[in-house]
Amino acid sequence: MTAHQPTPPSVTPAPRAYPDHWERYSPRERMLQWLWTGGIALAAAWSVSALDIEWAFFADAHEQAADLIGRMWPPRWSYLPVIVQPLIETLHIATLGTLIAIVLALPVAFLAARNTTWNHGTWLVGRAILVFSRSINTVIWGLLFVAIFGPGPVAGICAVAARSVGFIAKLVAEAIEEVDAGQIEAVEATGARTLQVQAVAILPQILPVLIGTSIYRWDINVRESSVLGFVGAGGIGLLLYASINQFAWSQALVILMAILVIVIISEALSAYVRSRIV
Amino acid sequence: MAGSLSTGAAPAAPLLAVEGLSKVYPTGKKALGGIDVMIDRPQLVAVIGSSGAGKSTFIRCINRLVEPTAGRILLNGEDIVALDRKGLRAARRRVGMIFQEYNLVERLSVMQNVLSGRLGYVGLMATLRWRFPPEDIAAAFALLDRVGLDGYHDQRADALSGGQRQRVGIARALMQRPDLLLLDEPTASLDPKTSRQIMRLVRELVAERQTPAIINIHDVALARSYADRIIGLRDGLLVFDATAGELTDEALTRIYGEEDWAPPPSEEDEDEPAAQPGKARAGLS
Repeated sequence: MTAHQPTPPSVTPAPRAYPDHWERYSPRERMLQWLWTGGIALAAAWSVSALDIEWAFFADAHEQAADLIGRMWPPRWSYLPVIVQPLIETLHIATLGTLIAIVLALPVAFLAARNTTWNHGTWLVGRAILVFSRSINTVIWGLLFVAIFGPGPVAGICAVAARSVGFIAKLVAEAIEEVDAGQIEAVEATGARTLQVQAVAILPQILPVLIGTSIYRWDINVRESSVLGFVGAGGIGLLLYASINQFAWSQALVILMAILVIVIISEALSAYVRSRIV
Repeated sequence: MAGSLSTGAAPAAPLLAVEGLSKVYPTGKKALGGIDVMIDRPQLVAVIGSSGAGKSTFIRCINRLVEPTAGRILLNGEDIVALDRKGLRAARRRVGMIFQEYNLVERLSVMQNVLSGRLGYVGLMATLRWRFPPEDIAAAFALLDRVGLDGYHDQRADALSGGQRQRVGIARALMQRPDLLLLDEPTASLDPKTSRQIMRLVRELVAERQTPAIINIHDVALARSYADRIIGLRDGLLVFDATAGELTDEALTRIYGEEDWAPPPSEEDEDEPAAQPGKARAGLS
């Protein structure tokens, strides 16, 4: 400013005083932040006090853990041949359940997306299916289907499919709502029917999401089907449950390591496929 | 004014007659307030006007991508406004549309995009398997050659440049063998050279195929150079309808409002606007 002072000949504009104080948050906003922080701390404290945690158990927890590891080690490798068949069954449950879910999820997704559903009523039906499918855990679905079909892999497949429909349909519905409307408009302008518009203008746009979501869900389903046996819905879980109940920890360790290997492989495969989708 | 143009060998029913077309959006915005336009021969009709004058609404009402509030749109004597959904689909097959953002299905190939111009004539299973009649496939190859994209049929649409995409858009519209072409700002996303190439192509195609075209355009110079006839909209009303040669400065003022339509100021005029802010500053202090 001072550098300019010699130059003005006659008219000196009155120097404007600029504020030298600025704050990102208003006092009201800052108070709200403190309230939130206090509220969250209160909720955590309430949870701890309400849960009646037996702190005495923490005292010898490290000894118990060391004891458990001692009983697990060495793994009983001779058990490995027994679990190969159930492991393969677990993969089949996950794969078939996911495939059925994809077929069911596509129409549900179109129903649950605002821009493709017919009216508010059909949209509500679509959303209701999503919520219903997603709000029930795969293992609980497994319990229900064991009651219907009896124990075995069929109940497991149905459980995986029932839970996955909502997951896949929700993400695909969101993708449908985000498609480029111009591409739809252009195909509509050719005189195409609604189903043709969906097949030609919408499907190609959501295909990467559909494939990515399905692979991701398959990866989750491999993990989930490994515990479905706990409720009798087939797969490796049955043997794991039995081994734990018989305190055959060295046997349980073999199963856990096998599950770990399969989960790592399925996750790597899923990550690879999703990275290849353009 | 349209009447003065309908001389010569005009067919009995006009190709397109728009009568009292008006559109009020649900928000209460009155976009069109009773437009009458008649097209009775294959010609390139440019629609000009300020942003918000109703150009896009006008062109989208013709194939009912926007539902008109009132009026009649007679395409070869058939009122499009009165049609039910099925009838509308049949009518849309005869109207090709070309868009500013091309609106190709980006993840599909050029061939798939061009063939989608025939969707109104094939079933759902054929659509899903992309099995189109041989004559459609031959027509698609011929059109791609005509718009200068011979050999591009297996490229993905999102791999093309803007001008190439618009050529695919034109091929898709022509695949419909339309009675009328609608072009909504087809050059607004293109550079000046490509814009002129596209306009020249459209003009040639109008003549070759004897198909009238209505084109929304911001660029008055382009409209003047390539259109046979110019329609001016202002605040949803038709304020000009004559040949491109009759578009005078006085007409431009009627369409766009008061403005100096003379060529850009030369060197000597330049310091005058520069003095303006200085005066304003002095006045403030």
